[in-house]
Amino acid sequence: MDLPIYMDNHATTRVDPRVVKEMVPYFAETYGNAASRTHDFGWTAESAVEDARERVADLLGAVPKEIIFTSGATESSNLAIKGVAQANADRGRHIITQATEHHATLDSCEALRRQGFEITVLPVDSDGLIDLDQLSESCRDDTTLVTVMLANNEVGVVQPFDDIGAICRSRDIVFHTDAAQAIGKIPIDVETAHIDLLSLSGHKFHGPKGVGALYVRNRPRPRMIAQMDGGGHERGLRSGTMNVPGIVGLGSAARFAQDELATEATFLLDLRTNLHNQLRDGIDGLHLNGHIEKRLPGNLNVSFDAVDGEGLLMGLKEIALSSGSACTSASLEPSYVLRAMGRSKVLAQSSIRFGLGRFNTQEEVDYVVPRVAEEVTRLRHISSGTAA
Amino acid sequence: MAERYSETALDHFQNPRNVGGFDHPDAIGQATNPATGAVMEIHLKVDASRVVEARFSAQGCTATIAAGSMLTEMLSGRSVEDLRITTEEVDDALGGLPPTRRHAARLAADAMSSALRAMGSKLPAG
Repeated sequence: MDLPIYMDNHATTRVDPRVVKEMVPYFAETYGNAASRTHDFGWTAESAVEDARERVADLLGAVPKEIIFTSGATESSNLAIKGVAQANADRGRHIITQATEHHATLDSCEALRRQGFEITVLPVDSDGLIDLDQLSESCRDDTTLVTVMLANNEVGVVQPFDDIGAICRSRDIVFHTDAAQAIGKIPIDVETAHIDLLSLSGHKFHGPKGVGALYVRNRPRPRMIAQMDGGGHERGLRSGTMNVPGIVGLGSAARFAQDELATEATFLLDLRTNLHNQLRDGIDGLHLNGHIEKRLPGNLNVSFDAVDGEGLLMGLKEIALSSGSACTSASLEPSYVLRAMGRSKVLAQSSIRFGLGRFNTQEEVDYVVPRVAEEVTRLRHISSGTAA
Repeated sequence: MAERYSETALDHFQNPRNVGGFDHPDAIGQATNPATGAVMEIHLKVDASRVVEARFSAQGCTATIAAGSMLTEMLSGRSVEDLRITTEEVDDALGGLPPTRRHAARLAADAMSSALRAMGSKLPAG
């Protein structure tokens, strides 16, 4: 086992070496512009892009022409939310989202609010889940878009996305979901879940950074306005020369995710369960954040009584984790996600996120647990004023 | 975040000095950071002219623990006429905290102010 140990797979993931291998030729050998229509360089690049499009579509139960390549989920969500809201402003100017969304969504909604749109932000319960009845009651005649993430980036909580999709479909409201954390981790079928738009990033599931996609349903196709003007690439929705090596990598990551999703989910769930049980057995005053079952298999988010998350991470320098502590961000407030779930400031401040991924091992878990216990004990001695 | 702690601050976090309290302290100072919930408590043993010993306990981030530890070192042996410690003094002693962590130096200064108020009449006039 090598140190340091990487357990921050919600932040980003290691690119799978098999993915890298597929990408490499597209930098210096097959370097054509996928939009060049008059020579072999361009045709080869276009063919690689179309193969990748098919792989991403397959992972979602979509068809290739429903996949728009972007720079990542933040761009996809900006395009989806602003694009749909602006294109349907003649029909209505009301949008529904929820409190624990990623900032890509919350800030896109905030930008629309400044443009005169009305935003309803649904609360979540102590498990991090929205209330479906409250969603139904919030839908109005002038609601044009519901945007609710598939799985949360801090607590891994998976929203009831198929029920949300059914509610939106029955009311003729466009449903967008940010699937950046869920993609490749849990099965997603845009047909059965009635998803109209879905954002994803390559780097969250062992693909490269700087590339992602937006799924845009074809029938019925939501009205949208492009947010990037230019050459009219990607069916006019996303102008800009295509990132061919990145797109090849995204397609490759999608294929491995699809082929290995079931076995990997079982592996991660076992690893996560062991991590949780071992931590609980070894440390008193441990609180699980987020629903125990309705969460991503690789996510564990816990708070520790009388310990600050940032201090804990600093004491565990050989283990890459993240915390909801205000002191790990520029913000003066601890995690808004945990606060929305009703956690006290102190417990939000003490939260630690373990993000397990494809390359983690039981041996690493066995190393991490006693180290966390040791550091928690040390910090508790300092907070209680008792000698170590 | 590219924020870095000085070697001094990291040393005080990893090996905090004077953790604890006294059964019969001459003064206790407490402070809380309302934004983060960080708390610090200091206990002082004081004779007629100087601080004999200072101890602290703290729940908070790296900078908070380092600031508490540093405060106790700054106080030990200090004249009772010179116990007003500013945020800047704690920050300087820690080699300059990252800007978003300076609240920890302030927490230590606030804890000291609280102890001074508690000492009140025990302080020599003037």
